[in-house]
Amino acid sequence: MNNVLIIGATSAIATAVARIYAKRGDSLYLLARDESRLLKITDDLRVRGASEVYSARFDAQEFSSHESVLDRVFSLMKQVDVVILAHGTLPDQEACQSSVEVTLREIEVNALSSVSVLTHLANSLEKQGSGTLAAITSVAGDRGRKSNYVYGSAKAMVSVFLAGLRHRLFGKGVNVLDVRPGFVDTPMTKAFDKGPLWAQPESVAEGMVAAIDRGKAVVYLPFFWAWIMRIVRNLPSFLFLRTSL
Amino acid sequence: MKLSGWGRYPVIDSLPEFPVGDECVMKLIEAHGSGPLIGRGLGRSYGDSALAPTAVHSAYLDYFRYFDKQTGILRCAAGVSLASVLELIVPEGWFLPVTPGTKYVTVGGAVASDVHGKNHHIDGCFSEFVQSITIATANGIVECSKTSNAELFCATCGGMGLTGFILEVEIRLKRISSSFIQATTIKTKNIAETVEALDIHRSATYSVAWIDCLSTGKGLGRSLIMLGEHADDGGLQTGCKARLSVPFDVPGLFLNGVTMQAFNSVYYHRVTKAKSRSLVSYEPYFYPLDGVRNWNRLYGSDGFLQYQFVIPRKAGIEGLTVILNRLAASKRGSFLAVLKLFGEENSNYLSFPMEGYTLALDLKRSPEVFALLDELDDVVVGLGGRIYLAKDARMSKSIFQASYPGWESFSQLRRQWGADNIFNSIQSIRLGL
Ligand SMILES: Cc1cc2nc3c(=O)[nH]c(=O)nc-3n(C[C@H](O)[C@H](O)[C@H](O)COP(=O)(O)OP(=O)(O)OC[C@H]3O[C@@H](n4cnc5c(N)ncnc54)[C@H](O)[C@@H]3O)c2cc1C
Repeated sequence: MNNVLIIGATSAIATAVARIYAKRGDSLYLLARDESRLLKITDDLRVRGASEVYSARFDAQEFSSHESVLDRVFSLMKQVDVVILAHGTLPDQEACQSSVEVTLREIEVNALSSVSVLTHLANSLEKQGSGTLAAITSVAGDRGRKSNYVYGSAKAMVSVFLAGLRHRLFGKGVNVLDVRPGFVDTPMTKAFDKGPLWAQPESVAEGMVAAIDRGKAVVYLPFFWAWIMRIVRNLPSFLFLRTSL
Repeated sequence: MKLSGWGRYPVIDSLPEFPVGDECVMKLIEAHGSGPLIGRGLGRSYGDSALAPTAVHSAYLDYFRYFDKQTGILRCAAGVSLASVLELIVPEGWFLPVTPGTKYVTVGGAVASDVHGKNHHIDGCFSEFVQSITIATANGIVECSKTSNAELFCATCGGMGLTGFILEVEIRLKRISSSFIQATTIKTKNIAETVEALDIHRSATYSVAWIDCLSTGKGLGRSLIMLGEHADDGGLQTGCKARLSVPFDVPGLFLNGVTMQAFNSVYYHRVTKAKSRSLVSYEPYFYPLDGVRNWNRLYGSDGFLQYQFVIPRKAGIEGLTVILNRLAASKRGSFLAVLKLFGEENSNYLSFPMEGYTLALDLKRSPEVFALLDELDDVVVGLGGRIYLAKDARMSKSIFQASYPGWESFSQLRRQWGADNIFNSIQSIRLGL
């Protein structure tokens, strides 16, 4: 049985991941901002077989609260085997372009808050000497594109931060996983037209848990995004700049 | 976004809403003050009952609230599918007390259509096992059951989403000691034998007849009757995913009188003995079509109509003979024609089943089929029967009003709860509800 901590637990992918662990009979600690939804998800995971489900309110933008909330988790669970970072927003690129304020707020939610949480978590896991630290970033972080570079650059920062943590925690019993999903059909993306590249949160969740189980470092989900992003990253600038990506 | 029911006709432009909690649903209802808006589950109703300019999908209202393994009481949000319910309860020795022929429907959709299963003659409709419903009405969130807000309860079960948006449902499950079904197949030579066999075996828990509806003359109504009982042992297993999928629309040519006659004939003759027994897992027994994903594409991009009617017991063999003859003569038979005996009707305003015989047919869409079904409507209503709303895409207002005696009280109740201004589907507008 594992103890699993999920931050941003009400997101669609996080919920799907939590259900997989619940079915395995694991113990879960959920953190999220929306308390009424958190309560329903807690009940749901109990019914699905979780041996214990704890939850607490967590606001990513209240930086000063991060340490105490996480300390409480570690003191209650004693040992934390898996941590999943899933909170975030999908910024409106156009709104960001016309407002520095909006841009900075999105960077704060999607990058700085993760940096804060990851710092505390890395220290606790290092002390514990075991565990997996997995964070959901995005394929958007692989190359800046005009259609969503605010989101992309925030995620890129988290990816590089994770790479650094992985290096630092190598040999300390802690694995650091960077999960890069492509397009996922969630409430956050409901306004988009869905093509064949879109994946369901359940299948992304399965891939994520499998990558955690296997101790991977970086995983693209679904797998074909690894190939798509290899091409996007390597496209020469003179061509790339002419695309409408 | 383009939206249609399982029969892929009609298709309309619809704004999809995916609320993530009860408060979101209420906000949506308030924001869409004058609708029209309608609840939508997995879109397994065939026609236009889950179609409206704004469709409120229950996909993210898919959490379980509690499950008491001792008493078999389960409470969950309306968007939970019967497939997820089964995955949870079967290993614990519980089963759905009533299930339609596909597990890919939501609990909310099952309540809204007051679905029936192969055991209607014994156990009645889905609502029989519903202890309470939480519903988002135009006037706020309301709890209803057979004893509190009973009228709203009776209107919501079978009410096709027209009283409000169902948020949560509590159901009473059925104990099983095995996930296997002891199935018996009986082969009959004509409609008289079929009806007689259904009658003789009316104490069987599950019973249904597959009719070869293209065979005429002496063989009119020849069938394979499938009876079933929960087995006593064999274990409690669940989970078989769809193995096949239909990846694109099959050209219309494929489904014609010849292929259908061939299919029906082969299917019928596949069973050689007059009576055979086998032990099968509950999945192929209850959900034979779930093994093929997107099977509705077999009918091509024009879609198809499913026609399910019920006629009273006393209209029996003669009534069925008239209709089967008419169908056979039209050469527009169906891959699947399913006949079943219904037990007594319940007191829900718009629930479909009544004591008698029900037949369900799939018909490829064409102008001739519309004409044929208009004719059959008259026959069915003339015999005192009615058409199933969950499968309908074309019935006229007058046929509806003549055959659903509860419609006026239902409309009145809708007005009383302020639902008539907001909750409307393309179907409810067509039927004048
Ligand atoms: C292969 C197959 C076999 C079938 N076999 C049977 C059978 O044996 N017996 C039977 O009775 N039916 C049968 N059906 C029909 C099916 O059970 C019903 O159409 C069912 O209602 C579909 O549920 P859904 O979740 O897909 O709902 P949808 O098709 O999305 O909606 C159906 C109706 O329910 C309403 N609704 C859905 N969710 C809500 C909600 N949360 N609140 C309020 N209203 C809501 C909609 O407004 C609509 O009126 C079968 C269908 C198929 C495709």
